[in-house]
Amino acid sequence: MENLISIFLNSVFVGNILLAYFLGMCSFVAISKNMETSIGLGFAVVFVLSITAPVNWLIYTYLLSPGALAWVGLPTVDLSYLKFITFIAVIAAMVQAVEMVIDRFSPALYNALGVFLPLITVNCAILGTSLFMVEREYTFMESLVFGIGSGTGWLLAIVSMAAIRIKLRYADVPEGLQGFGITMIVTGLMAMGFMLFSGITL
Amino acid sequence: MKLTKTDHYKAFSVPLLQENPISIQMLGICSALAVTVQMKTAIVMGLSLTFVLSFSNLTISLMRNVIPRNIRMIVELSVIASLVIVADEILRAFLYDISKQLSVFVGLIITNCIVMGRAETYALGHTPGLSFMDGLGNGAGYSSVLISVAFIRELLGSGKLLGYQVIPTMAYDLGYENMGFMLLAPAAFIIIGLLVWLQNWLTHDR
Repeated sequence: MENLISIFLNSVFVGNILLAYFLGMCSFVAISKNMETSIGLGFAVVFVLSITAPVNWLIYTYLLSPGALAWVGLPTVDLSYLKFITFIAVIAAMVQAVEMVIDRFSPALYNALGVFLPLITVNCAILGTSLFMVEREYTFMESLVFGIGSGTGWLLAIVSMAAIRIKLRYADVPEGLQGFGITMIVTGLMAMGFMLFSGITL
Repeated sequence: MKLTKTDHYKAFSVPLLQENPISIQMLGICSALAVTVQMKTAIVMGLSLTFVLSFSNLTISLMRNVIPRNIRMIVELSVIASLVIVADEILRAFLYDISKQLSVFVGLIITNCIVMGRAETYALGHTPGLSFMDGLGNGAGYSSVLISVAFIRELLGSGKLLGYQVIPTMAYDLGYENMGFMLLAPAAFIIIGLLVWLQNWLTHDR
């Protein structure tokens, strides 16, 4: 249990998927202009990550990893090189499925998230989380917690960025630095802030 | 006709200079910054992306008349993912150490917005030759930003370039110290912000 808590806190703060590993930058820069859409996209990412990470774990462990096919009598087969294409296919399929389920059961949520769900397929943070999960050899529970934690970290980062950008409108930024330049520098400062959490040991 | 006037040359040079994918269009930074602690990994990453991008552009452009409109995303993703697998296997076979350092970031080329973006906006509407050059140009533009960030970070952060010590030991004796900050993640964000500023300032002046 302690292990799970530490994975969660680590993926939210110290190893923040966006601020420490630079994943999901494209949509981060584009979407953080607006507070409401940032919150919407952030929750969509948490949602999709908490589904895709465990699903990809199951697929990797029981179909792709070296020796995983022993249960059908093929103990020497190693399909792990197929993980990229499988993961991205799973993510695309899951996003599509999630979209349909939400549309069926909660039209209000669908309207709020609608536009962002397709975008999530090509969000590096989603694929990145699945790949990190394989590289760090997490168990099923750990990968579930890691998925939720990474998503929460991303949500936290994009919402704080959107809040900062509202204040930035009143700031006197040098001409050449406006827009993308200042966004990157502010992200850098935010990343520095998040690094302070690395002093906390559990 | 002079070389610099041909369409192929233009397809190569425009994305490299005027429309640099990272600093002007702000695409593909996702996987870019984490590999810029050292020049070596940045160069390998740049080469892998250029390889994937130019061949995915070529393949998609060859198939552009037979891909049905509504499933084109899936087709593009599978072309890109297959090329990334090839690149990853090549790196593992010949540059094992570097491929360990790049860890998941080679795989993340799949979701790099540049690759998908060029396939969508360029390769679907142009001939294979032009698309290939466009891929090379965008790859070179991406690599040039990556390598400049890595140059600054490695030089200031560890006093080395490509793994060789360039700041003389004399400087250390006189009290010079490496900036450890440059090796941390926030430095990459700040350097890229400053580079964009520099580029805006240079292009604005003309």
